[in-house]
Amino acid sequence: MYSRNALRAATALTLIAVGAAQAEEITIATVNNGDMIRMQGLTDDFTAKTGHEVEWVTLEENVLRQRVTQDIATKGGQFDIMTIGMYETPIWARQGWLVPLDDLPADYDIDDILPAMRDGLSVDGTLYAAPFYGESSMIMYRTDLFEEAGIEMPDAPTWDFVADAARKITDRDNEIYGICLRGKAGWGENMAFLTTMANSFGARWFDEDWTPQFDQPEWKEAITFYLDLMEDAGPPGASTNGFNENLSLFQQGKCGMWIDATVAASFVTNPDDSSVADSVGFALAPDTGLGKRANWLWAWALAIPAGTQKEEAAKDFINWATSKDYLALVAEKEGWANVPPGTRTSLYENPNYADIPFAQMTLESIRAANPNEPTVEPVPYVGIQFVAIPEFAGIGTQAGQEFSAALAGQQTAEEALEKAQALTADEMEAAGY
Amino acid sequence: MARAVTPQRKAINTTLAWAVGLLIFFPILWTILTSFKTEAQAINDPPLFLFFDWTLENYSVVQERSDYMRFLWNSVIIAVGSTILGVLIAVPAAWSMAFVPSRRTKDILLWMLSTKMLPAVGVLYPIYLLFIKLGLLDSRVGLVVVLMLINLPIIVWMLYTYFKEIPGEILEAARMDGAGLREEILYVLTPMAVPGIASTMLLNVILAWNEAFWTLNLTAAKAAPLTAFIASYSSPEGLFYAKLSAASTMAIAPILILGWFSQKQLVRGLTFGAVK
Repeated sequence: MYSRNALRAATALTLIAVGAAQAEEITIATVNNGDMIRMQGLTDDFTAKTGHEVEWVTLEENVLRQRVTQDIATKGGQFDIMTIGMYETPIWARQGWLVPLDDLPADYDIDDILPAMRDGLSVDGTLYAAPFYGESSMIMYRTDLFEEAGIEMPDAPTWDFVADAARKITDRDNEIYGICLRGKAGWGENMAFLTTMANSFGARWFDEDWTPQFDQPEWKEAITFYLDLMEDAGPPGASTNGFNENLSLFQQGKCGMWIDATVAASFVTNPDDSSVADSVGFALAPDTGLGKRANWLWAWALAIPAGTQKEEAAKDFINWATSKDYLALVAEKEGWANVPPGTRTSLYENPNYADIPFAQMTLESIRAANPNEPTVEPVPYVGIQFVAIPEFAGIGTQAGQEFSAALAGQQTAEEALEKAQALTADEMEAAGY
Repeated sequence: MARAVTPQRKAINTTLAWAVGLLIFFPILWTILTSFKTEAQAINDPPLFLFFDWTLENYSVVQERSDYMRFLWNSVIIAVGSTILGVLIAVPAAWSMAFVPSRRTKDILLWMLSTKMLPAVGVLYPIYLLFIKLGLLDSRVGLVVVLMLINLPIIVWMLYTYFKEIPGEILEAARMDGAGLREEILYVLTPMAVPGIASTMLLNVILAWNEAFWTLNLTAAKAAPLTAFIASYSSPEGLFYAKLSAASTMAIAPILILGWFSQKQLVRGLTFGAVK
């Protein structure tokens, strides 16, 4: 309480210094995750520096996505800053719904932002959302189980190696499953993973004429590989497992490997929550030698909806929250392990941060992702684990339900692919592609 | 005229009732228990029932992160406000339907109920656009009106059922004694229908308290009630189960306590008119 009052007093003094007339109250919509909550806790620093007050609206990811889409599409004007992802940014920017971030001050050092992140959040070279934290996906594996089985994980394994290792490690009597992968239906759930896996098998969502490709052999190979692997080495009931379910399994020592968001690395190595914190290793997501790995790219980014009355204050906030100074502020208050990862090159050049066990592999995973050339064959779309068109959220989720049903044993891989092909073709035709 | 019940039968009935009651209450109990665990204990497999290190940490984290009282206050105003407004409109409506029915009264009643059959999301955009035009987004007034409209059919139906039970002759006698329409409703009908009105209001406060579609979609920061408070602790990427449970427990506690104290009223109100 004391420190808060002290901060308020400091704010008041700063206000007098900068002139109270400019102070505004901005409303920010954001998702519920550790980095965002930390940012809310540090808001006083922003208020002290600029005089602007912040109102937070924190919502669960899917609720937030629907809520901000509805508000921006109707020009509701409820929010001055929205937390959006790489999927929304290019679509909304093309609609003219976002304020371009082309006048950030020089000390913001926009060239310091990792190129993959900058590309994914820009349209025609203009940045429309500033990355707050970024992630890719990678393999997290149990070094103790690998040692016991006499297997050594390379830094960049193939799918065949991963599948062999998973089958060897699996020990169903002791509830140890070689590999945990997403199975819960949803475009941001199982389809995020399956799309990257398909990319590494040479598959793609659409060819250059926007014809769906689920009837091609690459998709069949990828899905069959996934279903066989999960049957032999996956946990029971995998068709309802998403990020949280797999995280919980891994933390309790039930997964030999888990391929998922790089942000999970900080959870599984945290001894407070994880029973295997001391024996986790990291490797790049697998490939099949075709030149693409099964890793995605995602960023939660801050964007300003066009039409807000408080554009300047909103820009001040973005400038504060995604700056180098902010990273230093978090490091000072909460330690380097809690700094939002994946946005700035300078963070990875910082010797303090290099000590974090998963820092290097996170950076390499992000570097290995290219949202503008996501697949082996050329495609007409942007996005690695998604296709950045408005129709994708619906199509992705429906296709996800088919593959989830196949994983649950309710249909074969062929049936799921056939249905996914038909529904995608229908939706795309209806949308006028 | 009650049938004789053997002690054996009574024991079976009691056991069954308790079993069903516990089954229904279990999710709430589990939420409350989880709110006292650490995040690691919350996802433990096998699940921990009573034997774990009880902690109040989640409550302190939630208190620190969110302004609970503001959400609570919004919930109270929205739930109570929409109920009072609804009853003010529904009492005269139900009076006319119960005591001076026209040929179309039954149709009107059915039509009113049919508005409940449309999924709420079907009118989300029209209402959202109206709210923008009227400047009602993120305002408690707007939510009071919307929730009142949503619950109005239920309020009218419940009051109509109660009023039907009151003999029309009593109202006639009041009229003979020179009571005007206003006096008739205010001084004769309403006092007789107090138990019915009370249980209708209780049920509607609960319905409005728990309403999570409109309250989430039409609010941002200022008018957000406890449903938004809960939504801010759910996450598909990161474990927040214990904190989410603590937030849920804090959100349902006031209404649970209200329900507990007014159980008799509620049960009586809900079964009123069912047994003749």
